[in-house]
Amino acid sequence: MWLVRYVPVETRYRFMWYRRWTFPLSALLSVLAVAAFLHFGMNTGIDFRGGTVMEMQAREGNADIAQIRVEANQLGFGNVEVQEFGTPRDVAVRVQLQEGGEEAQQEVVSTLRSIFEADYDIRRVEVVGPRVSAELVQSGTLGVVMAIFGVLVYLWFRFEWHFAIGAVIATLHDLVLAIGFFAITQIEFNMTSIAALLTILGYSLNDTVVVYDRIRETMRKYKKVSVYEVLDIAVNATLSRTILTSTTTLLALLALALLGGEIIKGFAYAMIFGLVIGTYSSIFVAAPILIYLGVRASSAVGSAAQSEPDAAQPAE
Amino acid sequence: MLRISATKTVAILMALFFGMYLAVPNLLSVGQREAVSQAAPGWIPGFLVPDQAVVLGLDLQGGSHVLLQVDTNELARNEATQIRDQVRNLLRETRTPLEGGIRISNRTVELRIPDDAARERLMPRLRDLSEPITDAVFGQPGSATLVVEEQADGLIRLRVTDAGLEERINRALAQSIEVLRRRIDALGTTEPNIQRQGADRILVQVPGLQDPERLKALLGETAQLEFRFLANPGDTDTVRMPLQEAGGEPVEVENRVIVGGEDLIDAQPSFDQQTNQPIVTFRFNVSGAQRFGEATTRNVGRQLAIVLDEEVISAPRVQSPITGGAGQITGNFTVQEVNDLAVLLRSGALPATLTIVEERTVGPGLGADSIYAGTMAAIVGAALVVAFIIAAYGFFGVMATVALSVNMILLFGLLSALGATLTLPGIAGIVLTLGMAVDSNVLIYERVREEERIGRSAIQALDTGFARALGTILDANITTLIAAGILFFLGTGPVRGFAVTLSLGIVTTVFTAFTLTRLMIATWFRVMRPKQLAMN
Repeated sequence: MWLVRYVPVETRYRFMWYRRWTFPLSALLSVLAVAAFLHFGMNTGIDFRGGTVMEMQAREGNADIAQIRVEANQLGFGNVEVQEFGTPRDVAVRVQLQEGGEEAQQEVVSTLRSIFEADYDIRRVEVVGPRVSAELVQSGTLGVVMAIFGVLVYLWFRFEWHFAIGAVIATLHDLVLAIGFFAITQIEFNMTSIAALLTILGYSLNDTVVVYDRIRETMRKYKKVSVYEVLDIAVNATLSRTILTSTTTLLALLALALLGGEIIKGFAYAMIFGLVIGTYSSIFVAAPILIYLGVRASSAVGSAAQSEPDAAQPAE
Repeated sequence: MLRISATKTVAILMALFFGMYLAVPNLLSVGQREAVSQAAPGWIPGFLVPDQAVVLGLDLQGGSHVLLQVDTNELARNEATQIRDQVRNLLRETRTPLEGGIRISNRTVELRIPDDAARERLMPRLRDLSEPITDAVFGQPGSATLVVEEQADGLIRLRVTDAGLEERINRALAQSIEVLRRRIDALGTTEPNIQRQGADRILVQVPGLQDPERLKALLGETAQLEFRFLANPGDTDTVRMPLQEAGGEPVEVENRVIVGGEDLIDAQPSFDQQTNQPIVTFRFNVSGAQRFGEATTRNVGRQLAIVLDEEVISAPRVQSPITGGAGQITGNFTVQEVNDLAVLLRSGALPATLTIVEERTVGPGLGADSIYAGTMAAIVGAALVVAFIIAAYGFFGVMATVALSVNMILLFGLLSALGATLTLPGIAGIVLTLGMAVDSNVLIYERVREEERIGRSAIQALDTGFARALGTILDANITTLIAAGILFFLGTGPVRGFAVTLSLGIVTTVFTAFTLTRLMIATWFRVMRPKQLAMN
């Protein structure tokens, strides 16, 4: 049968040698990400900042963005952001959080509605008051921290501590770069972005765990071989799986980014970025970092004695 | 790994078919589902009746999500005021001399009774004002709504306890939910969801609403209706309120309330027969009618004050005693306003002010567009993934595709059976699952390929490949499941929808890999007996 080989049959890349290039690269990218975060900051959405977003569609023809901008900025609600949203007919209007507590935000909605409802179909309204936005910041942060912690505990039980630390370093690397991505692209950062971050975290770990599983197995098999070689063998062995799975996930996410609509677009792009970074990091960060964490064949002691792979289990 | 006993095969198939059966209602229309629900004989347990489809979130079907917060400070103040009134009645009844007035602040009521004997007599009666809290779960013995303390110099302080305030809030929330339900039902929308959220909030979700502003207007009004008299010159027990009829000009109104909204038994929108103005007609219950009749009989010629939420709507002059227990409210109303006012009066007043702290409204047009876009993304995504995987593995890719399809059907079955809500991020979760689900097949196939490459026979390669890959599949998916689980507990609304589809997707993916994929390959192998797997 004719099959496409996306990855050569038996690769022998020297991944551990590449770390001379990839570690500085990762360090540089991380510094850039942090710098971008400090310099540009995040384009936080109303979930975290509070305020009002209104999405409207012109009832006839295209939306007159300039006109909307002029009218909306005369209302005394501070600087009102008016942007095209997906198509020339659609506009998103963003009003910052108003002084004067929860009621003041509702005032914004009713005023905007009354002005624009005649010419525009109001398709979406979101208002987040000061209290709820403060809570969402809290639960968002808590979520990311808890996820990292929960995963750390799981990995610690499942692997030896070297692996757990290595996986967490790789994951933090991915999260830092993802935050840098949000800072540089200025894609709106909201509760859905937290979902994207957690998924990136989950995905990156998923990849890392597959590679680590294999490293552990290889260590038990070749006890006399140096750590460098063991790591190279394991990463090469899982390479085709890593690339195939990343590609299918990428295909699905591309469909989502291009066809899933304006609301989901930022989310999909963040995930695509996370997918690429996660794949890179499980090969070029998570595996080689084990060298520095002092992993030795004896680290895989757990079941080294009984697991001689060639004496594989007979069919059940 | 590849030998699966007959019993196991049957169990696997039954589980798969049951899961797929749960997804069937999604193919039926609402009417058909109702028909199924009714036609099902009573002895079939509810979860076996295929009448439950996936619920679409508000962002997909359009609707309003409004989070309301009850004003707890106001409730505390109300509670203190109520206690003050009780104390005042008690003092009047027992003719206890009082020094100074009764002072009330946030949660306390203070009074000074210098006379020792009188104070001793009053104390037990004051203590009786406190009610034991009957909370079956958390009620510690001795917890009560009030603490009554004697201070120096005959000072008595009554303080609302935390437990007392909490009970008051609970009661207010329960009552508010009832009132809101009646108000929203009057809008005639289908299946509104009104539920308590957290300590002091109420979540209102109304699908498919045409006019969210009207909904919010109905939610925000306290709708406390009172009939009073405008004050005579020289009266002292009065309060200043704006008069709506006169453009908000302030008028003096008596503090005494003749009849309140709680004595109304009906309110209807109508038209004045002479002026053709929109008005609200109402009827009092017996005691309300009696009090209103007496008051109007004694005060013919004076001006009434019809007060709604601290504002005088209108101040009609009493031409003659009104004893029939019916009346009308006139004012500068539009037809819509009259309709809403009637609804508010019929539904009753809210026990405290509710403030909107979050609103998310999606119009039906956008919802439909989102469904379309999400579906397109899913179809195209699935097509790309399937093409890719078949190109890579040929016949085995076809098997992976079958597993993927069943996986998706199972996911919908689970979503339907659990009554989970599908949101736009939820669709994103499904598309992501599409991409990630093939991972289990890729892991298995790559492992099998490898085993075959190092010289194992077909059966051995399949067997060890499977055994090794399944462990990895489980390991790898648990990490994503942890992240998704945390997202579920912390997220709200749409984001939670993403967590739901992602985690259920992981569950069905692992399940399919362990059962269906294994079963398919084992069966294929038994039938074909291939010498080679044609994977390399």
